[in-house]
Amino acid sequence: MNFEFTEEQLMIQQAARDYAQRELIKDVIERDYKAEYPAHHVKALAELGFMGMLVSPEYDGGGMDTVSYVLAMEELSKVDSSLGVIVSVNNSLVCYGLEKFGSPSQKEKYLRPLARGEKIGAFLLSEPEAGSDATSQKTTAEDKGDYYLVNGTKNWITNAHSGSTYLVIAQTHPQKKHHGINALIVDKNTPGISLGPHEDKMGMRSSDTHSVMFTDVKVPKENRIGEDGFGFKFAMQTLEAGRIGIASQALGIASGAMERSIAYARERKTFGKFLYEHQSVAFTLAEMAVKIENARNLCIKAAWLKDQGKPYGVASAMAKQYAADIAMQVTTDAVQIHGGYGYVKEYHVERLMREAKLTQIYEGTSEIQKIVISRDLFR
Amino acid sequence: MSVLIYTENWDGKFKKVSFELASYAATVAKAMQLPVIALSLGPVDDSELSKLSAYGVSHIMKNSDERFNTLDNQAIAKAIALAAEKVKATLIVLAHNNLGKAVAPRLAVRQKAGMVSAVHGLPFSYDPFTVKKMVFTGKAFSHAVIHSGVKVITLASNSFGLVENKVDFAPEAFETGLGDADFVTRIEQTNKITGKVLLNDADIVVSGGRGMKSGDNWGQLEELANLLGAGTACSRPVSDEGWRPHSEHVGQTGKIIAPNLYFAFGISGAIQHLGGVSSSKIIVAVNKDPDAPIFEAADYGIAGDVFKVLPQFIEAVKEVKSNG
Amino acid sequence: MKILILIGNVPDTTTKVKFNADRTAFDASGVQWIINPWDELALTRAMELKETSGGAVEAVVVANVGRAETEATLRKALAIGADKAIRIDADPKEAGYVASQLATIAAGYDLIMAGIEAADYNGNAVGGMLAEMLGMNSVSAVSGIQIENGQLKINREIDGGSQVVGLPMPLVAIVQKGIAKEPRIPAMRGIMMARSKPLEVVQPIDAAPMTNMVTFEMPPAKAACKMIAEDQAKDLIHLLRDEAKVL
Repeated sequence: MNFEFTEEQLMIQQAARDYAQRELIKDVIERDYKAEYPAHHVKALAELGFMGMLVSPEYDGGGMDTVSYVLAMEELSKVDSSLGVIVSVNNSLVCYGLEKFGSPSQKEKYLRPLARGEKIGAFLLSEPEAGSDATSQKTTAEDKGDYYLVNGTKNWITNAHSGSTYLVIAQTHPQKKHHGINALIVDKNTPGISLGPHEDKMGMRSSDTHSVMFTDVKVPKENRIGEDGFGFKFAMQTLEAGRIGIASQALGIASGAMERSIAYARERKTFGKFLYEHQSVAFTLAEMAVKIENARNLCIKAAWLKDQGKPYGVASAMAKQYAADIAMQVTTDAVQIHGGYGYVKEYHVERLMREAKLTQIYEGTSEIQKIVISRDLFR
Repeated sequence: MSVLIYTENWDGKFKKVSFELASYAATVAKAMQLPVIALSLGPVDDSELSKLSAYGVSHIMKNSDERFNTLDNQAIAKAIALAAEKVKATLIVLAHNNLGKAVAPRLAVRQKAGMVSAVHGLPFSYDPFTVKKMVFTGKAFSHAVIHSGVKVITLASNSFGLVENKVDFAPEAFETGLGDADFVTRIEQTNKITGKVLLNDADIVVSGGRGMKSGDNWGQLEELANLLGAGTACSRPVSDEGWRPHSEHVGQTGKIIAPNLYFAFGISGAIQHLGGVSSSKIIVAVNKDPDAPIFEAADYGIAGDVFKVLPQFIEAVKEVKSNG
Repeated sequence: MKILILIGNVPDTTTKVKFNADRTAFDASGVQWIINPWDELALTRAMELKETSGGAVEAVVVANVGRAETEATLRKALAIGADKAIRIDADPKEAGYVASQLATIAAGYDLIMAGIEAADYNGNAVGGMLAEMLGMNSVSAVSGIQIENGQLKINREIDGGSQVVGLPMPLVAIVQKGIAKEPRIPAMRGIMMARSKPLEVVQPIDAAPMTNMVTFEMPPAKAACKMIAEDQAKDLIHLLRDEAKVL
């Protein structure tokens, strides 16, 4: 056993921290208010290598391990979890899925620009009638010989507008149920694709979320990932990796709220004493610290298992469910510690609280994670 | 043996820092029972040189070579070293300013001397020679011992003050024998700050932070500074945003200052900022946030709007001045 | 042209300074160590010069005096872009000692850049001492360096303004804020490449320290701040005159 991070992991953590505390902090409140996509930050983070940090250098990625990725995601999300989800979807869903399951020519064509951050990816699974339930896909990919004809609607798609490389999950053989599902690489510019309006979200407002409509969209056969019918397995395995990203994002939201609460408790006096000198506040902070430590350990454990090539699906479900739930608790407490200041935008914690809520919902709700975890108990 | 001070001049004139060096060296030399000698390089009139004798320094070595005005580090270090050898200086004191910081290390190596910079006030003891020195950018002090026979120190400004002590004025010409090859710094352009009180010289400093909201809002702050004969300064975010030049940034990575009076308008007081100003005698803070850490460091404070307070300050200073 | 950057390993600038019980040494427990901020800016500027010089800058080397635990700082410098690091395996006792050690490896560079001070003991001395030891020219309070036609064009701050000056190489430039806009954040590619860059460890020479710090003290605690109401601001000016006697 060894709980020490390597020097390299710490360097990546520091790089993410420096960028977040120096740059993201400058306009995070304004971008949240205006629901503005952080294009200049995405470009800067791409230059630093964060957009494809997990991809092998062979495909222009950063070649870093998943533990480093957890540390980086936490630091970015402490300040700006909208940016966090953009990084997460690109890295741990799209790049991961392509690198692990894509063909050499698919990687050459699609993975390289994504790993360099020149292009951004989106993962199109959710549908109006099925959010986290991947088995029932209403979007169809009809086999037309040398191409698929895609029809249907995808919902809640992060990076739908900013992204240009879509990974689309669609049903080809309805009679085979989830064994008939395929995963297709689709260029957003393909005729027949249209976007719904920008979703006006409660939190993570500067990441762009849209519905995506497919009307007779032709996708070449060579863009199918894996064998015919591999789509469901692809989605499930990719989501396992994606959960580590979102868990780390939730962790960052929580630890960002705690850092702000500690700083505030150190500065602010009530009844002649600093806030931290009041036991009720000190104990709340202590409880936050324990929750965050637990969440971090779960995230790191899942990342470590993944890096070791061991099964990590249950570990990542635990990390995501726990980190998301404590992020909600911790941010709510952080607002309470800040009192009236906590309720205004200038002090950041109200935003973190709004952002925390989404981590309990997307890429598998907390309930879905509990299904994954409990199924494992009764295997 | 003797105590030697290097008294820099600015266009032939001395400043308060020069007289503080003289006062300091005279006091230290008396305690060490040594003569004190000042070295002046570059053209300075005898009438100006004689001002040093008001602070206990009578023996002044002068060299009017204009080439010293290039502030060439190597030539000035050589000249001070020559003077030090001539008067067998065992303690050499320079100001802790840009030139002092540049020259002292070279001089220390030439004289095989131990060097301590940013010394505060008088030594604790002369044997061993122990001085108080700022460390961690003003967050602490250390007691530093210099073991070598010859010692070089730079004195932090405003850390000792002025001690008037009129003595005879005895200037003496000093030949350096330096040739053109000894002066290697070629000046292409000089931008002097004119009509403004320099930050390092200022007894009063008026400083603004992010709470000033924009670089366009400095008018009242400058008006107050003008009325008080004060220098203007700013916190790091302000210079990073380009509202004010980097030369005005005070704090950990900017300038470290120690005026008698420091006004902080709209500065929250991050630990890095406080490091640069904590040696100020009196700190006045105005900040809308009553919990801002600046109030922990301040002597007087107003939790309020800087734009409401500034006009009142300006008016009050005008009144105070007109009443003498 | 070869550039050497002197690197200091110092506590993070937000560190709350503490000393051991008898106040004879800095308490380093829980302290995060960083590249001395001015040195990091110097390195950043050196990288910018290398990238824009069209090959005129052949190599940027970093060096420090420190024990093995300071290698993390050197590897960060390599990740930022330095080509090689040199560590002299000794405790950085005081400026003269450190300069003597660096003098053993610093010959042969055209430009040496050193931060104007270290954020821990604020010595303001290593760069100037090294220049004198090596017989190199030096210029201090440097806030800008450009290479023009193979010559260095330098902006320096003087007491009372600023200057553009030229000095022949080899030169020690003692740099301050402004030399680079912000310290460079290492990119993944740089972090990866740092793994295979050379980090040479050099044994120290004998040199007698001429100064040492015997004890430390904290600045005296301030009395509580006297608060004045916003609409009574004029009273504060009167207090400055009558009570504090600073006007």
